[in-house]
Amino acid sequence: MSDIINLTLSALIDKIKNKELSSQEITKAYIARAEKSKNLNTYITTDFENAIEKAKKFDEKGNFDYKLPGVPLAVKDLFCTNNLKTTAGSKILSNFIPSYESTVTQHLWDEGAILLGKLNCDEFAMGSSNETSFFGNVESPVGKKVVPGGSSGGSASALAAKLTPATIGTDTGGSIRQPASFTGTVGLKPTYGSCSRYGIVAFASSLDQAGPMTQDVSDAALMLDVISKYDTKDSTSVNFKRGDYFKSLSSNIKGKKIGIPKEYRVDGMPKEIESLWQDGITLLKKLGAKIIDISLPHTKYALPAYYIVAPAEASSNLARYDGVKYGYRSEGENLISMYENTRSEGFGDEVKRRIMIGTYVLSSGYYDAYYLKAQKIRRLIKNDFDEAYKSVDAILTPSTPSSAFKIGDKTDDPVSMYLNDIFTVPVNLSGLPAISIPAGKDKNNYPLGLQLIGKAFEEQNLLDISYSMEKELSFKNNLQDWWIK
Amino acid sequence: MSKNKEYLIKRGNSEYEVIIGLEVHAQVLSKSKLFSDSPTNFGAEPNTQVSLVDAAFPGMLPVINEFCIKQAVKTGIGLNAAINKKSIFDRKNYFYADLPQGYQISQYKDPIVGEGSILLDLPDGEKKVGIERLHLEQDAGKSIHDIDPQNTLVDLNRSGVALMEIVSKPDLRSPEEVNLYIKKLRSIMRYLGTCDGNMQEGSLRADVNVSIRKTGDKKLGTRCEIKNVNSIKFMQMAIEYEANRQADILEEGGSIDQETRLFDTKKNETRSMRSKEDAHDYRYFPDPDLLPLELTDDFISKIKKEIPELPDEKKKRFVDKFKLTPYEANILVSDIETSKYFEDVIKNSDIKLATNWITGELFALLNDRNLEISQSPISSKNLSSLINLIKDGTISGKIAKTVFEIMANESKDPKSIIDEKGLKQQSDPKEIEKIVDDVIKENPKNVELFKSGKDKLFGFFVGQVMKKTDGKANPKLVNDILKKKLN
Repeated sequence: MSDIINLTLSALIDKIKNKELSSQEITKAYIARAEKSKNLNTYITTDFENAIEKAKKFDEKGNFDYKLPGVPLAVKDLFCTNNLKTTAGSKILSNFIPSYESTVTQHLWDEGAILLGKLNCDEFAMGSSNETSFFGNVESPVGKKVVPGGSSGGSASALAAKLTPATIGTDTGGSIRQPASFTGTVGLKPTYGSCSRYGIVAFASSLDQAGPMTQDVSDAALMLDVISKYDTKDSTSVNFKRGDYFKSLSSNIKGKKIGIPKEYRVDGMPKEIESLWQDGITLLKKLGAKIIDISLPHTKYALPAYYIVAPAEASSNLARYDGVKYGYRSEGENLISMYENTRSEGFGDEVKRRIMIGTYVLSSGYYDAYYLKAQKIRRLIKNDFDEAYKSVDAILTPSTPSSAFKIGDKTDDPVSMYLNDIFTVPVNLSGLPAISIPAGKDKNNYPLGLQLIGKAFEEQNLLDISYSMEKELSFKNNLQDWWIK
Repeated sequence: MSKNKEYLIKRGNSEYEVIIGLEVHAQVLSKSKLFSDSPTNFGAEPNTQVSLVDAAFPGMLPVINEFCIKQAVKTGIGLNAAINKKSIFDRKNYFYADLPQGYQISQYKDPIVGEGSILLDLPDGEKKVGIERLHLEQDAGKSIHDIDPQNTLVDLNRSGVALMEIVSKPDLRSPEEVNLYIKKLRSIMRYLGTCDGNMQEGSLRADVNVSIRKTGDKKLGTRCEIKNVNSIKFMQMAIEYEANRQADILEEGGSIDQETRLFDTKKNETRSMRSKEDAHDYRYFPDPDLLPLELTDDFISKIKKEIPELPDEKKKRFVDKFKLTPYEANILVSDIETSKYFEDVIKNSDIKLATNWITGELFALLNDRNLEISQSPISSKNLSSLINLIKDGTISGKIAKTVFEIMANESKDPKSIIDEKGLKQQSDPKEIEKIVDDVIKENPKNVELFKSGKDKLFGFFVGQVMKKTDGKANPKLVNDILKKKLN
């Protein structure tokens, strides 16, 4: 049993294809471990009985040519799953059972994967520590009372704790990369338009993007092969020629030019992050890459611009949760009071805060000063990257300005919480792909990640660079299973 | 011709001019909705034409229906308007029970169609009315308050249906001009097949902006917007009421508040719905689920090729080619079906007679039975034969009216009716001569009187001949022969 859960996704698939392991054995192993890991609070909804049933069916007459043959997976509870409760971590959707499947999860099942259940996340993906979920905070397996990051905190925690061999999250401002960095796992945010947003509960439509969270880079490539597909149901989906990411994976990065942006050396960044970054640079040099100092001059405006654009879109995207059609409803004397009761009881504080910010910045009289200006900044940030990519192939930065913090440490100070996204949001604002890979540990033995940012639609390049680094880094989480009961 | 009488509101020594602008909401003629593939049939069972997108389920995304875009571009071309190669869909945010998304997808700053114009035919000449813009937007659902005593029910069948909002410049000056404007706009869209213009089914409705100013003033007065009026008659009544209400206020030294008003069709008055201060802040912003809409030259030029002959061109052709009066041409082109019917009839028959019979007898019949021309009991083919039977002397105009009546009831062709009822005109000169001789023989006294100068008696002789032939004698022959014999 312990062998199964220690296998990477690709190793697991090999064993299934070689008939060394059955889908049922694997599925049962993950379920058994999940049952003993309840105090991490990673799952909002489990679908274990159905999973075993599906595994049994797969073992009887499954297609072993699938990319994910009989592989059990748990996914973030932001993806709508047919007939299985989908909450987005919110009370307002706590009773919502979709009659449809998100495109991205459908791709998983179409390749033979089996759904284990739905993983905890910040409410409507708004948070950086998984503390805004209506279903309670998630603990990280890397340390007691440590946050797993957010918003894909349940996904990161479940992956690191080996409750699922791989998973998918969504990333609006860092929600895949930051929790990956906090939990010693790999998180990839693909180029905006790579993975369909159809059936994903929307946070900020122009920024949201689904992506893989995996144990290593090969697994990320494999998952990307499955979920990155053009979809006519999403008007922002882009019909570009996708690579054969897993097969094409190469660790030869000789001559690749890597940019180091000076603006990412922020005040008060811990020494250990500074040296992690430096070590990354040294490693890349050793691997034959060329290091080039670059400037992304508008970086400092990214966070404020993000915290205008994302709440603005969210305030509108979340207007549909009004108690009229589905989800939680609190009765009132009339329509307005029903709305007010439903939404004040149904949403948590962070979501309300962002709805209020978003409503404010879109209001007439403020629109030009906030929303429009933020959009202009967004354009400038994108231009910075375009300019940089004239001389480099990818950019290396730390994933986060700090390592994982303790539960409750930042809940009273939203701004310090928001600052956690400082290295990740410019990527979303520019629609670029980026990956976080585990690269070291801090003084508490908590993982630290490095981020590689690539050119639009050049995920292969990002995967190759991180693959070659991963080999040399040989990072190990070495978790002590302290949470197992 | 007398000059079109200006529509002015008089108060004491003051005269006020009425300034009207319309925002027409025209439902795009399309099988499916603007951003989903749900059907758009009118009158379906509540909530049976609703997709997950229309009901705004979590994670659902809008996808533009290309056909609706074509329809909007087509309409824009029909309005002689600029087509914007880049337009943007925005979200108009507000809460209402029949607005599932919590916002309406509309176009705010960058509409698909820019400035254009419509020509109106007024008694004293043509008038050009400016079009400000045309944009696409989603319709909302329907809240039903009168079925359940406790609850409001919501029907989402209309939710997401494509509407074109066509905004005129404030160029209209009277209820009659509004009537002509709506009719012309509807006519153009029906020619194009972009909107069925059915006001009973709500396919065409308008917000009416009304202000007044003293004649001679250049500055526009403060306007009031009367929301969602769904018939031309109500628009005219609302304008009439509103203009007079504003005149009363100004006459008493008051000022007009900019506000949104509702027209109460039962009381025939407008009343305040909300003031400018209470106006919604819709927080418009570009819909991030949709990319800016970019049209290629090729796309636009292909649509241009599909544009049929429109009322104005058709009218010109009817006047130039068929020598119709502008008035006649106008009547015949205003409805595309009528113009088709007319052109079918004249393919094989006399234009002048066809014009008279269609605008006279046929319109009277349709009006009487409240029918569209497409439902006419008399086909264009049968009317054409009837006209030819008049033209070649088989029947007289008078008999033709009798035949027409029978055709209206039995939908038969005129020839068989004439044969069946023996209505054929007597056109044999020898036979008529015999009858004329009889009549002369039987009325020697009157012959004497006529010859001594009592010309009026000629009619008496004609009448006698007709009586003997049951009205079937060819009147022209009767006249000719009588003249010859009596002189």
